[in-house]
Amino acid sequence: MEVKLKVLRYDPESGKEPEYRRYTVDMPESATVLDSLIEVREFHDGTLSLRCSCRSAICGSCAMRINGRARLACKTQVSSVAEDGEEIVVEPAGNMPTIKDLVVDMAPFWDKIRAVKPWLQPSGPPPEREYLAPPQAMIELAEVMNCIMCGACVSDCTVLEVDKSFLAPAALAKAWRFVHDPRDGNTAARLRELSEPSGIWDCTRCNFCVQVCPKDVKPMDQIMKLRAEATAIGITNNAGSRHTFAFTSTVKEGGRLNEFQMLPRTHGLLNIAANLAELPGGIRMIRAGKMPSPFTHKIPGAAHVKRIFKRFEHAKV
Amino acid sequence: MKYAFWPGCVSKGACPELYTSMVRTSAALGIELVELYDGNCTGAGVISEHSMETADALNARNFALAQRLGLPLINICSTCQGVQSMAQQRLKKNAKLAAEINQTLSDEGLYYDAQKGLEVKNFLWVLVEDFGLDRLKSMIKRPLHGISAGPFYGCYILRPESILGFDEFPERDTYLEQVIEAVGCKLITYEGQDKCCGFPILTINKKNSLTMAANHLSEAQKEGADFLVTPCPLCHLNLDAQQPDAAKYATVDGLQVPILHLPQLIGLALGIDPKELRVDRHVVSTNKVLSKLTATPVHA
Ligand code: SF4
Ligand code: SF4
Ligand code: FES
Repeated sequence: MEVKLKVLRYDPESGKEPEYRRYTVDMPESATVLDSLIEVREFHDGTLSLRCSCRSAICGSCAMRINGRARLACKTQVSSVAEDGEEIVVEPAGNMPTIKDLVVDMAPFWDKIRAVKPWLQPSGPPPEREYLAPPQAMIELAEVMNCIMCGACVSDCTVLEVDKSFLAPAALAKAWRFVHDPRDGNTAARLRELSEPSGIWDCTRCNFCVQVCPKDVKPMDQIMKLRAEATAIGITNNAGSRHTFAFTSTVKEGGRLNEFQMLPRTHGLLNIAANLAELPGGIRMIRAGKMPSPFTHKIPGAAHVKRIFKRFEHAKV
Repeated sequence: MKYAFWPGCVSKGACPELYTSMVRTSAALGIELVELYDGNCTGAGVISEHSMETADALNARNFALAQRLGLPLINICSTCQGVQSMAQQRLKKNAKLAAEINQTLSDEGLYYDAQKGLEVKNFLWVLVEDFGLDRLKSMIKRPLHGISAGPFYGCYILRPESILGFDEFPERDTYLEQVIEAVGCKLITYEGQDKCCGFPILTINKKNSLTMAANHLSEAQKEGADFLVTPCPLCHLNLDAQQPDAAKYATVDGLQVPILHLPQLIGLALGIDPKELRVDRHVVSTNKVLSKLTATPVHA
């Protein structure tokens, strides 16, 4: 099978701009994108740099953008991305500086992993033997423990694209791994730190990390669990959790969202400065006939919605 | 064609023009909408941050209302679509949860059969999969030639693919492009078209939110888009209502990209009077688009 590759080449030390180079290699039907890139490096162009090790989706070193989406090159079969022999576009992972060609600098990635203190911090006197955890608790963590630290999620995170300070999906998923571990004794402090700016509330819920993760870690889902956990233990003095509460309470009252009440409830009614800052936007919306009604519109079944809240708000099924 | 119609909260709140244009355009297409007046908010992925069980129960209630009518559900919001698809999947998987929810719903005589499920489709999916673009093309009275349009999807109608029916309909990430071309516009594509508009963090991290919007709008403007079209009113709010504020983060001068709701675009192509579609109810003026429109006469 003929495999056509269009690879973004870049050597910051050369002083030259990044440029695409095209290669065509002959590969068996079952070849992966990684096999094809190695073929290029070994037999066509020895200057191509890439990172790989296990070739079986375990080590996490070969994450890169293939046709615009972060994937493990060793887990991506050519036939799955170029069914009819189309050209495959290969670029380095995003949101991290390129060292050369397809090799990115993972230092910012590791800094963030370290920032969430990814080790157990038990409290109280140590037990006589090992720390024990019930199997069920570990089953609930199976998803996050599958993370192979490949950085695919970080590559495609939309918040990181505009704000390098965001802790980003991999580190936040890792944080949940320790927050939810029954042997850890530092849960509240962890959640307080994670609720700071650049933490859990900065995620836009874009689902990119869930989509691209090769190990189905679902980082965004773990971030949502951190949000729920943080608010449940009373860490609510931040715009993120106020937003969630404002939203939830307007629905609880009338069955539908009341957008008009969102801003003051999110900033806090008394945060006059923040509310005033929204005024130009508000006036614009009124002029365009877009201002939602300040009154709660009740749906006919509002009482039933309230009943649903009462029954499930604090239930775990 | 008949659907149980879930308008969402935003088309009844900050984007009334979406509701009006959907009703008008559907009538012109011959799509019958039976509105779920008693439907409740889907939770928009926010209530689930607080309580997943409550969010699932709220969605089950809407599904039960539609099932009682025996009709598939149509929505006009990417976020509703994603949230509804996810809730359906959880309710199907967790029989115990579905049973407990049904017990609560039974007090108002409702029941959601999670195993049978319910077809839940955004207007965009309905247009392409149920209605058909050839049929749409045959009904066009005002082909929008000479106008350039770019797509803006909204996250929840694209990701994660595993819950959004991409197995059965692998081209769902190209439907907006197909629709834009079907109504005669010149298609503009740009990098940010499938990314996040920034709306969910508008009140939490305004700078990040507006920078996201500004990046996509700037790219689209550079590529020459006369307007963008979206199936998501939340994207519309960030890209349109916040655009004047986003302009300070733009990478182009004079940021000015009108954002049309999908039913407005279809309605214009069907020859409906722009006023009836409320395209004047936007923060970013649509006049530029409309003046190009008047150059294209409506065929009887
Ligand atoms: S869901 Fe959140 S963490 Fe995941 S990619 Fe999007 S913004 Fe980043
Ligand atoms: S969460 Fe998934 S994508 Fe992110 S680093 Fe871990 S394995 Fe890779
Ligand atoms: S080479 Fe190890 S994950 Fe791809």
